[in-house]
Order: sequence, then C-alpha cells, then structure tokens
Amino acid sequence: MIATDLSILTPEIVLAVYAMIGLLAAVYTSKDGLASTLTYVTAVLFVVMAFYIGVTGGGTRIAFGGMFVDDGFARFAKITILLAAAAILVISHDYMEKSDLLRFEYPMLITLATIGMMIMVSAGDLMALYMGLELQSLSLYVIASLRRDSVRSTEAGLKYFILGALSSGLLLYGASLVYGYSGTTLFSGIIDTAVNGELSIGLLLGLVFLIAGLAFKVSAAPFHMWTPDVYEGSPTPVTAFFATAPKVAAMALFARVVHDAFGGAVGDWQQIVAFLAVFSMFLGAIAAIGQTDIKRLMAYSSISHMGFALMGLSAGTEQGVTAMLIYMAIYVTMNIGTFAFIMSMEKDGRHVTEITALSNFSSKEPLKALAVLVLMFSLAGVPPMVGFFGKFAVLMAAVDAGLIWLAVAGVIASVIGAFYYLRIVYLMYFGAEEDGLDGRMGLVPWVGLVACAGIMVLGVFNLFGVDGLAEAAAATLVR
Amino acid sequence: MTIGLEHYLTVAAALFVIGIFGIFLNRKNVIIILMSIELMLLAVNINLVAFSFFLGDLTGQVFTLFVLTVAAAEAAIGLAILVCFFRNRGTIAVEDVNVMKG
Repeated sequence: MIATDLSILTPEIVLAVYAMIGLLAAVYTSKDGLASTLTYVTAVLFVVMAFYIGVTGGGTRIAFGGMFVDDGFARFAKITILLAAAAILVISHDYMEKSDLLRFEYPMLITLATIGMMIMVSAGDLMALYMGLELQSLSLYVIASLRRDSVRSTEAGLKYFILGALSSGLLLYGASLVYGYSGTTLFSGIIDTAVNGELSIGLLLGLVFLIAGLAFKVSAAPFHMWTPDVYEGSPTPVTAFFATAPKVAAMALFARVVHDAFGGAVGDWQQIVAFLAVFSMFLGAIAAIGQTDIKRLMAYSSISHMGFALMGLSAGTEQGVTAMLIYMAIYVTMNIGTFAFIMSMEKDGRHVTEITALSNFSSKEPLKALAVLVLMFSLAGVPPMVGFFGKFAVLMAAVDAGLIWLAVAGVIASVIGAFYYLRIVYLMYFGAEEDGLDGRMGLVPWVGLVACAGIMVLGVFNLFGVDGLAEAAAATLVR
Repeated sequence: MTIGLEHYLTVAAALFVIGIFGIFLNRKNVIIILMSIELMLLAVNINLVAFSFFLGDLTGQVFTLFVLTVAAAEAAIGLAILVCFFRNRGTIAVEDVNVMKG
C-alpha cells in the first residue's frame, strides 16, 4: 500500500532527496564553488524527471487516500514546470556568474520551489494544496531577496513576503470554511456537497476566499499589487523564473480547485473568474503603457496574460481548460525567450533594464533584434506568430461557452496591449541614433532567445502537438 | 448560555479582520505586520479546531498542526528577510519600504 503510494510520488521524492544532498554537499565542501556544477546538475535532473513523468505516466493514479493525484493534467503541468525551470537555470548561469550571484542556494531553492509546484498541481486535498503552495512560496520569498546587499532586492523580497503571506492567510481562511461546511478536506468529497449545482452559503464564502488567495498567486488584478515591484527588484534571472514556472503551477492549481473540488457548481465561480480575467487583461494592458523599465513592463504583461489564461478557465468547460493549458505553454516559451534577452541587456558592461537603451538596436544586431521582434509580436498576439493561436484558443473557448462579452473585452484589451509591445519594436528599429546596448550575449542565452523565437514562427504549423497533449490533459480534469 | 460553533466562528472572524486591518492600516513598523500575519493564521486555526470539534472529525486538527508548523517557518523567513532589509536600509518603518514605487 505505502509502497504503491510512494512509487506514485517518485519524481517529487527524488527531487527532495536531491535538494537535501545538494545542500549538504555544498555546505561541507567548497560552498559557492559548487554552485556552477549544481546549477547544471539541477537542470539536467529536471529534464530527466520531465521525461520520466512523460514516459512512465499513464491513466489516473491516486496516492495517500486521494490526497495526491497523478493524472494527465498534473503530468502536463509538471512537465511544463520542470522544463521551464531547467531552461531558466541554464540561461541564467551567465548572468549569475557575471553579477557575482552564483550561490549554491540558488539552484537548491529553485529545486525546492519546483517540488512545491509539483505537489500543488497534484494536490487532491486542501492540506496537500496548502503544503505545496507554502513550500513554493517560502522558497520564492528567499530567492526574491537573493542579492542580500541590495536595497531593491531585499525590499522586493519583503513586499513579496508580506503580500504572499496575506494571500496564504486568505486562502487558508477559505480552506477552513470549506472544510467546516463540507466536513472534509478531500476535493473528491467537497465536490459531492454541491447539490443541483448550488453551494451552501458557507461553502460559497470559502470558495470566494480560496479564489482570492489563488488570484494573488497568479497575480490576477485586483490582487496584482506585488507583481511590478517584485519583478523590478529581484535579480533578472529570478524575475524570469517568477514569470514562468510558478505562474503555470498556480494556474494549474486554480483549475484543479475549481474543477476538481467545485466542478459541480460552475455557475458560482464562473462570474468571479470572468471578472478577474477582464480586470487583469485591461489593467495589464493599460498600466504597462507608461512603464520605462522593461522588467516592470513584463510584470504588467504577465498580469495581462494571466487575464487571458483565466478567460479560458472561466469558460468552465473541457475546451476552456485545454485552451488555458495551451496558452500557458505558449506564454512560458515566449517569456523564456524574452528574459534570455533581458538578461543580456548590457551597456558599458553593466546590466540595464531601461527600455530606451534598446534604441536603434537593430542596426547593431539585426538577428537578435529580429528574434525580439518575433517574440514581441507573439506576446502581442499578432496573427502569424504562435502567440496568436493561444489567444485564439481562449477566445474560442469563451465564445463557445456563451461568454461573448468576455471574448469581445479580450480582443479590445489585446489591441490596447499591442501598443507597448510594438513600442519596443519601434524603438529597436526606428529609435534615435545613440550609444545603445553592447549587444554581447553568451552562447546559452543566445540559443534560448533564437530557439524561442524560432518556436514562435515554426509552431504555426501544428503547435508542436501541444494542443493534442493539452486536450488529453484537460479530459482527465473535467468530467 | 452554551458556547456554540457560531461563537467560535465569530471570534475567529474578528481576529482575522483585525489581522487584515493590521496589515493595511499600520503605518509604523514592519514587525507589526508580521504579528498581524500571525494573527490571521491563528484565527484560521481557531476556525479549524472549532469545526473539527463540532463535526466530530479529526482532519481539522491535523490541518491545524500543519498550519502551525508552516506559520513558524514563515515567521522565520520573514524575520530573516527583514534583517537583510534593515542592514541595507537602516530602518524598518513601513513608510520607508518605498525604493520602488508600486
């Protein structure tokens, strides 16, 4: 019995044991001398685990009496998370080394955060949900303030910690109400308490608190306040990590809670999620216009993208979850490419993040400028790029679920949002002549940038089969 | 008068709201924010234990133990980040946490 349960958790256990061994090995030997090795070993281990999950998994298996669920949906999310985390680790190595931040804690904390995310997406119980979420959040608070001697980085960590703890409190209060009014913490038990698609008032209150807590974690407006500051203050590789893997995990957790635990009362949460979606899309699109720092801009961009992903979720159908998963997979790829570029933005050997520094970049580095152009078009959702198909999928899901007003709002928001992406492209190609970026870039970030841009162009033929996988994954969640 | 479930829920809700207000209205000290966070988590614990008792189900109390341990870890990390911040900034007044405007 326990052996079967543990065998279902193999990837998580392997990573947890690896994190402990890695920490001990680093402390007892040369400390930060091992950091470089650990970064690459961790990335390789992530990729191996992603393959392991993809190859060995099949069907739906539950462990520990339903507390931990291993189904197609969880596997899709886990593979995305692991590959994104591995890519960020490898790409960030150059930056970390150059800015003297290559500490052994960095790969180890990312490993711990990743374990937390894997537990989150597999949670089948409010307790597992909370423990996974906290393991992820606590690790992220620490890596946000990785640059211990900088006011900005520690301030980012402090703000993230306070607002993150507040959101955990809200989520937990919701969990306690849900437990009290349904008598169980298991999702499979909670779903039975919705009678004829109606929730009791206590459960409804609990659901609202739960959604508020989760909205904080995905940085959906109006719970987005921490995002711009944390993105700006954290070291760039950490920002890149924040923008990718944790967003996928939080979004998957969101989908799991609303479908697995409250799938019997779609009407009750649909409006809340639709409201979050509209608010995030517009706020992200409008507030980003005035930004001068590219990391802040990416923060608002991610708020807007979360709005689109939530739009897919708010459809409340299998098609909606499929669209959400496709959108997240595309979003992560675009962000890895964009951040690979942002990490290499240097002026006179110093890292800069001002957008104006991009001025006239294309005359110096045509290929990189072209890659960034492709990524920006894709982020904006301009048709030939893959980003458009992500937006198209969520819009279709919203229309098919009868939420036409939401789809219309989404189109308007995406048009407004296109402005600031195009402004970056404009600056790169037609900006004033001045001494801009150095244009040097390490090999690995360069490969990351060009590969992601290539995927954005080549993916138009069949999205590399992601849509089929997402469909199969969503089918296991929505029944 | 017998003390019923609703009394416990009222106390917990009051504590929770005090915690939230403590975070948003406090203009003095970050330590007070940490205390407010702790207060919120303890309000949740009261909720869980009360529900657990009145439902005759132990799950809630198990949940409480998890929440307690996580709260301890959270406080430790919060204080550690605060110490780092204090070393750089020389103050922990809430109004001085403003290098980045957001």
